[in-house]
Amino acid sequence: MLDRRPILLANARIADPSRDLDIVGDVLLADGVVREAKTGIGAAGVPEGTEVIDCRGRLVAPGLIDMRAFIGEPGATSRETLATASQAAAAGGVTTIVCQPDTTPAIDNAATVDYVLRRARDTAIVHVHPMAAITKGLEGKEMTEIGLLKAAGAVAFTDGERSVTNAQVMRRALAYARDFDALIVHHTEDPDLIGEGVMNEGEFGARLGLMGVPKAAETIVLERDIRLVDLTGGRYHAASVTCAESLEVLRRAKDAGLDVTASASINHLTLNENDIGPYRTFLKLLPPLRAEDDRKALVEALADGLVDVAMSDHNPQDVETKRLPFAEAAPGAIGLETMLIAGLRLVHGGEIELIKLLRAMSTRPAELLGLPGGTLRAGAPADLIVVDLDRPWVVDPAELKSKCKNTPFDEARMTGRVVRTIVAGRTVYEIV
Amino acid sequence: MTIAPKQPFVLSQRHLLGIEGLTRADISGLLDLSEEFVELNRQIEKKRASLRGRTQINLFFEVSTRTQASFELAGKRLGADVMNMSASSSSMRKGETLMDTAITLNAMHPDIIVVRHHASGAVELLARKVDCSVINAGDGAHEHPTQALLDALTIRRNKGRLEGLTVAICGDILHSRVARSNIILLNTMGARVRVVAPSTLLPPGIERFGVEVARDMRAGLAGADIVMMLRLQRERMNGSYVPSVSEYFQYYGLDEKKLGFAKPDALVMHPGPMNRGVEIDSIVADGPRSLIREQVEMGVAVRMAVLEALSRNLPNA
Repeated sequence: MLDRRPILLANARIADPSRDLDIVGDVLLADGVVREAKTGIGAAGVPEGTEVIDCRGRLVAPGLIDMRAFIGEPGATSRETLATASQAAAAGGVTTIVCQPDTTPAIDNAATVDYVLRRARDTAIVHVHPMAAITKGLEGKEMTEIGLLKAAGAVAFTDGERSVTNAQVMRRALAYARDFDALIVHHTEDPDLIGEGVMNEGEFGARLGLMGVPKAAETIVLERDIRLVDLTGGRYHAASVTCAESLEVLRRAKDAGLDVTASASINHLTLNENDIGPYRTFLKLLPPLRAEDDRKALVEALADGLVDVAMSDHNPQDVETKRLPFAEAAPGAIGLETMLIAGLRLVHGGEIELIKLLRAMSTRPAELLGLPGGTLRAGAPADLIVVDLDRPWVVDPAELKSKCKNTPFDEARMTGRVVRTIVAGRTVYEIV
Repeated sequence: MTIAPKQPFVLSQRHLLGIEGLTRADISGLLDLSEEFVELNRQIEKKRASLRGRTQINLFFEVSTRTQASFELAGKRLGADVMNMSASSSSMRKGETLMDTAITLNAMHPDIIVVRHHASGAVELLARKVDCSVINAGDGAHEHPTQALLDALTIRRNKGRLEGLTVAICGDILHSRVARSNIILLNTMGARVRVVAPSTLLPPGIERFGVEVARDMRAGLAGADIVMMLRLQRERMNGSYVPSVSEYFQYYGLDEKKLGFAKPDALVMHPGPMNRGVEIDSIVADGPRSLIREQVEMGVAVRMAVLEALSRNLPNA
């Protein structure tokens, strides 16, 4: 800690979505926190020994907080460890990972939360916070020790990619969690309506001869949950909404004053079902990619705040689980390293303002999870990123830090790249 | 002065993965070539040497009697060495993946691999990993191109044309690769296609396939020149997609009464194997308007044509 010199990020375009701030200025970091971020600090006004970094007009913003990343530790470390995930995160500008509980064993007891936190402390180069399971073993039957898990460090409760189908179980979890001010994060997909479905239901899937998942599989569960939130007064977050119909449901819930929020994945914000093309299994996701109209509606909802959070939905899958016929391949795509850059496509394309994208990837998740980041206010953790918004590059899977290379942006041309990531006042990633 | 010999028909691609992507000329060329083999197959001497020295592997991940037999006979009549591999007897059962199987077989230098697989897109996936030509013998609910070609040949020989005909495809459209390949082929050749099924057996978005959609046989068969029945698999009969065999037969099974809704000279087809008394009545299946046995005969000829056409693109051919 003693060797951590203060850092001045000079001549930066400072974007602080927590204050709607977008100015040119300098940011001073010391003792692991932001000292100040304003115009005209200058190299003269900093403590002796400060490392001065000339940002040459590049963007400086709060580090991203990714609300949904699936990591194989414990249980599937051949796919991803906390260490490799954290390296991918750092390269993508993510300074806080929120890992999901569907590990082996599941994160459904305080000891496992403690294990993950200790492993992260010892091996990860960014912050890691686990979500814990809503139900024991993610089986949808008995609720976990929500109070003890929260005390151990679980930032929210979710059954990962599984829906709690039993309405009584969900009702009690929402009601009980409320007493601990705990957030329930729910994957809204009815497994019976998914059936044999492997992609969005519609013409394109029908042509490929792939069975479809109707949008109603999502909206039915979401509608039910909203009723249960109304009944219990619980805090609820839809883990991954994908279609325009879900947005209507969300709008009604928010208008009614319920404590309901939602995320959308970077994949659903930037890709649609047609990108699957000739059975590309890297684009097989849960829930499936939808139509272009749905994608546009999601981006609009993100811009106006109806959808609160954009997350990576990072899900490493290796060759054995992906190089299979589409229906047999595992769902999921990696995303920690590309979430911001893929999001910049929307910014460059004029679909969303930069500050709003950054808010959905940093400030909002911090607020929902009660984490200290997502802002550049004085005293905030010195978790920041420097981004060259105009740098062109091509995503080369071989160069990605994640252990698995199942990126839907394989060989994609990108504009904008994270050039420095600072966690707790220390540079953990840098490219020249 | 010399007269230029007729150019032999060449398919514009290395594999036959589906009807999708074939041009009208491709389809006509294959059907014309098939006619030659229909004649050959009726001779006592049925062999040609155009695939002599070539190795053809029939790789069937899904059990099939007639398609596999048809491809085997087709390859042998053209002089190829034909090897059959099926899921029940091989390492595919021991957990070897599709890709490992592809890589293993590729190392044996086959010239043509014929593949059937239960998953849509599996044949295309395999084709990307091998150096030889690949023929799709049916992948999931996606495509079954040689079936559509043999159906087209059967129709053309009996009606003299494809263009302008009304073809009603009836039954389990949702799960049918035969339906998908036929819809694409018949649309490409200018026929009018109608699909007839209960809503539970129609794929979503079917209206946008360039077909008319009917939910009952009277409307669906009205004015039809060809009535093409599809097989309904047993596990889909009892309450999951339709309530029962007897209800399905009552409303969608082809019997003489329902055939009466079609044109008086309408002909009946079925890709086989048939469920008699489920989607088709024996009196119709075995009756004078049935083309079902002729379809099987055309199957061998069409597969010979496809093998021959693809072999003309092989290296050193």
